Amino acid sequence: MKKSKIFWSYLILALVIYAVGQALISLNIIDMYYKNMLITMCINIMLAVSLHVVIGVTGQFSIGHAGFLAIGAYVSAIFTMKLGMPFIVAILVGAIVATLAGLIVGIPTLRLKGDYLAIATLGFAEIIRITFLNIDYVGGAAGMQVTQLSNWTYAFFAALITIIVISNFTKSRHGRACIAIREDEIAADAMGINTTYYKVTAFALGAFFAGVAGGIFSHNVFIIQPSAFGFLKSFDILIFVVLGGLGSLSGAIISAVLLTLVSTYLGNFPETRMIIYSLVLILVMLYRPTGLLGTKEITDLFKSKKKGGIDHDQ
Amino acid sequence: MTNNTLLQVENMGIQFGGLKAVQGVNLYLNNGELVGLIGPNGAGKTTSFNMLTGVYKPSEGKIVFAGQTLNGKPPYKVTQSGISRTFQNIRLFKDLSVLDNVKVANHWLAKHSILSSILRLPNHFTSEAKMAEDATAFLKIFGLDRYKNELAKNLPYGMQRRLEIARALAAKPKLLLLDEPAAGMNPQETRELMELIAFIRKEFDLTILLIEHDMHLVMGICERIYVLDHGQLIAEGNPNEIRSNPKVIEAYLGEEVVENA
Ligand SMILES: Nc1ncnc2c1ncn2[C@@H]1O[C@H](COP(=O)(O)OP(=O)(O)O)[C@@H](O)[C@H]1O
Ligand SMILES: [Mg+2]
Repeated sequence: MKKSKIFWSYLILALVIYAVGQALISLNIIDMYYKNMLITMCINIMLAVSLHVVIGVTGQFSIGHAGFLAIGAYVSAIFTMKLGMPFIVAILVGAIVATLAGLIVGIPTLRLKGDYLAIATLGFAEIIRITFLNIDYVGGAAGMQVTQLSNWTYAFFAALITIIVISNFTKSRHGRACIAIREDEIAADAMGINTTYYKVTAFALGAFFAGVAGGIFSHNVFIIQPSAFGFLKSFDILIFVVLGGLGSLSGAIISAVLLTLVSTYLGNFPETRMIIYSLVLILVMLYRPTGLLGTKEITDLFKSKKKGGIDHDQ
Repeated sequence: MTNNTLLQVENMGIQFGGLKAVQGVNLYLNNGELVGLIGPNGAGKTTSFNMLTGVYKPSEGKIVFAGQTLNGKPPYKVTQSGISRTFQNIRLFKDLSVLDNVKVANHWLAKHSILSSILRLPNHFTSEAKMAEDATAFLKIFGLDRYKNELAKNLPYGMQRRLEIARALAAKPKLLLLDEPAAGMNPQETRELMELIAFIRKEFDLTILLIEHDMHLVMGICERIYVLDHGQLIAEGNPNEIRSNPKVIEAYLGEEVVENA
């Protein structure tokens, strides 16, 4: 049907964005600072989208996403710097370890109904941060030096794959099962859905891509320190998802892009950044309590036809 | 227990704290029967459904369905073994489309894996198409196919009730449990709904257990009726027997006095 046409036009759009970015960088039209901003944007998109599948799609309130970012960052850095493994392998190992951590936190807490996950993830992220802080092997508080191996190409395609995987997952019977859990867990259970399995799966998927983001991140910043992965980082990621509209993939992407721009321009004024963040949040809560896009996708806004539910590939 | 028995419940009961909400319930359903479960508000009807479907664990008793013991199974496994239900307080997936609501129920019947959906392998497309087709067929029976792309929350109330039944049916049950499906409907809607229930029972070879608060309503369509009061079965029989049973009259009279007070 026309669905595949839409897919191809998105892919072409993505490749155009990639090519433009690459041209800007290799022709030295933009400097290091803005090149970094582009890579950070991709990392933030990955973080936003990977948390979106947990909170927005499945309705499980996880507030320790920086923990998975930290695991991906440190484990991949250990694999490249200490063990001399190729970058791609290191990223994958980091992501897999993050996924395992996700399973360890998720399986016991997600079996229970109620918001135990929020408390567990909050504690988990702190434990991860404090653990790295106390391991001399990775430099403790002083941090760990990491060679810059990330570039625009890695960052862009990692983000693109994250988006495609999460989007394909969401627009399938599996994603529908997750949305059903978000909407009404008791009814989902009564309709034959193994709710624990899907909550854990969505959570593990989110942990995996946060781990990938960590690998790209640590190989972009020269030095990683535990302080970069504190509660404020988790909060930043949470804001991407809430601001974009819980349940909207494009909303999460758009707010990750916008907030990366905001914080880049306000990078030298961290206090101003927090004030602007807070103001933006207050305004959104006042005027658009469901976030920029609510549960809708950006494409729904352009549809002339009657609005419907989520458009699943068939 | 005969060959024809689909559900056999023995001495089922549950306590919440000190309160015995349901106790000593014995009941059976034969294949193809349409049976009513009635009783005043707070009698324990919904609680009994919750025990049958695994939402609550009975503190005592035994539930045997199609030869399997159901006690201790989680709700999704109960559903997969062939019991599905509607809820007294409508529990639709509000922000999903009408079609997707039904597709959630045939989820467990589909086979394509997560990997095949992520990689968009051919069986993702064929299997998803089949799910949509099956779901649409159920919507047609309920006259809901024209609302297919509406969000469930935007349906009129009566249609939401119908959608709940369509969704329960899509899970391919042998036994359908309906919890006050006509609650809040006007007499015209109620009559149509009762006809529809009689129709789907024939069409899908279903056994149905119907909770209804209004006893006159079930008299017309049920073959047998169980009456629950204060958590205990006080009567069982065909509509005529129930109508003239003094205990039943008393239970309902008691309620009218309270309601009129
Ligand atoms: N989860 C629960 N905790 C405590 N009491 C409950 C619970 N569920 C039901 N009950 C009590 O059980 C009794 C029966 O309720 P219910 O089954 O909903 O009645 P109805 O026959 O109207 O459907 C009521 O007294 C109700 O308060
Ligand atoms: Mg009830």
